Amino acid sequence: MIQLEKIARSFTVGDQQVAALRGIDLRIAAGDYVSIMGPSGSGKSTLLNLIGLLDRPSSGTYRLDGGDVTALDDVQQARVRSEKIGFVFQSFHLVPRLTAAMNIELPMMLAGVPPEERKERVAKLVENYGLKDRADHRPDQLSGGQRQRVAIARATSMNPAVLLADEPTGNLDQATGKEVMALLENLVEQKVTLILVTHDPLLGGRAARQINMVDGQIVSETGRSG
Amino acid sequence: MKAPDSRLRGNDATMLLPDLVKLTSSSFLSYRMRSFLTGLGIAIGITAVILLTSIGEGLHQFMLAEFSQFGTNIIGIQPGKTQTQGGNVGIFGSVRPLTLEDADILRRLPYVEHVIPSLMGNAEVKANGRTRRTMVLGEGRDFGNAFTMKARSGGFWTDEDNEQARAQAVIGAKIQQELFAGMNPLGQYLRVGGQRYRVVGVMESKGQILGMDMDDAVFIPAARAMELFNRPGLMEIHVSYRADVDANTVIRILTERLKAQHGREDFTIISQEKALEVLSSVLNILTFAVGALGGISLLVGAVGILTIMTMAVTERTAEIGLLRALGAQQRQVLVLFLGEAMLLSALGGLAGLALGVGIAQGLHLLFPALPVHTPWLFAVAAELTAVSIGLAAGVTPALRAARLDPVEALHAE
Repeated sequence: MIQLEKIARSFTVGDQQVAALRGIDLRIAAGDYVSIMGPSGSGKSTLLNLIGLLDRPSSGTYRLDGGDVTALDDVQQARVRSEKIGFVFQSFHLVPRLTAAMNIELPMMLAGVPPEERKERVAKLVENYGLKDRADHRPDQLSGGQRQRVAIARATSMNPAVLLADEPTGNLDQATGKEVMALLENLVEQKVTLILVTHDPLLGGRAARQINMVDGQIVSETGRSG
Repeated sequence: MKAPDSRLRGNDATMLLPDLVKLTSSSFLSYRMRSFLTGLGIAIGITAVILLTSIGEGLHQFMLAEFSQFGTNIIGIQPGKTQTQGGNVGIFGSVRPLTLEDADILRRLPYVEHVIPSLMGNAEVKANGRTRRTMVLGEGRDFGNAFTMKARSGGFWTDEDNEQARAQAVIGAKIQQELFAGMNPLGQYLRVGGQRYRVVGVMESKGQILGMDMDDAVFIPAARAMELFNRPGLMEIHVSYRADVDANTVIRILTERLKAQHGREDFTIISQEKALEVLSSVLNILTFAVGALGGISLLVGAVGILTIMTMAVTERTAEIGLLRALGAQQRQVLVLFLGEAMLLSALGGLAGLALGVGIAQGLHLLFPALPVHTPWLFAVAAELTAVSIGLAAGVTPALRAARLDPVEALHAE
């Protein structure tokens, strides 16, 4: 479902061209659990942003569900992000003014989902992620683990096919990090494609398929799955 | 791959209006003080405009009502040519008085309906052993036809307006109460400045017009009043003309005829329309001043909104990145920030409206003589102006927000 062919991405820094990605070829099947590892500056986050349609490659083709998505305009890309992709970030990225429930509701609001539908869905997510008594709290009244649970609930609110997680445990203690990983891995069982970016080999090692990157290239791959 | 959940798809992948309001007001509410101060600039501008317009409009309506109480389509002619604000040249004796003969000449001109020679003064009025010092108006017989003042019983004398006018009087409602309480005054006699007059009519109560109590008055033929006050001429000739004729046409005809009669223009013509024109030109100046004042306030308000929205975009860069990641289109980000700017200015505008109308009404309560009136169309226009200002001020910051690169925005602190 995700097909990357000869993907390159370079940035202009000052008067220099810096290549962040050089010729990435990658296929990820639906329902895969993939971790992308590598030192900082290896291009793993850039790759994740490209897969999430937040960034466009300098060259190469990206096919999602068979269709070339690099050619889509802003409106179409936004629609794909809205319907197919969920993001989980290291720093949670919750909107501080909105309650936990409203943060979860946000993607559905942006997509224009009818209120009754949203209410039902939020109630279910709040229940599933153990946030029932925290739903009306603002992010600054929540613990780190709770915040990331809100973020995961939000990322899954539109039932995306792909979940992109960028160091989702980076700001959490060990125990909480484990909980969060368990929640994410539980989604894989529900046929969600999970792509996890981390510099931590222990964490990345949990994935069925591991991709190692150095200097914008994939250097090794283990546990290729079908 | 899983197909997107069709139940979760919106109609057109655009935000619903209540959600837009919810999201924009959330940021408005989380910076209460800041929002308040930003809206204040707009509020003050709108307050100034509404307040002064209310007073100006109130004055205008007040004057209009006062004028039209006398009746419409009436032109006044006074002796002496008023060139400027300077005094009457009458003291040098070079002014020919306006006479009953002049009035007769004017009566024969085209478009003229009624001509009322008039003068006024004060005199002692006696009847039934009671005395009252009151206003005495010397008028023509058509007084009741030209002005919107009617007799309640009886009517005006019907003799020609000439030197031989008989001693007949029409009395105001108050005079009837004071001198003829409990009896029918028609046919009775009263003494005006020592001379005996027969009462032929009683006016209906009219109240005050431009500060004169029209009920506390006695109307007698102009010729007799000239005699009574020992004046060589009239104080004014009122000419009523046909409603379908332009005032300027009538003024031109009157001027020509009277000039021919007098040999030169030694009189002044005053029309209601001209008086109202002067009034509205004064009000126009006021309106312009208010507009300038309010405009400056609104400009300051707009700069405030521009500043605050620019800050908001900078502060919430990461949030903008997040919105994009969650599926927001550039257009949606634009609308969110524009909405916030418009909300600020709309609330500021509403506060200004409330404040302006409130102060105007408060002033009216304090000084009941000061008329105030807020045209609602103007209030709507003011509010629309406020919202447009918000829109205009919000465009630049909102465009900047919409054009942010999502990846860079997400990593902004």
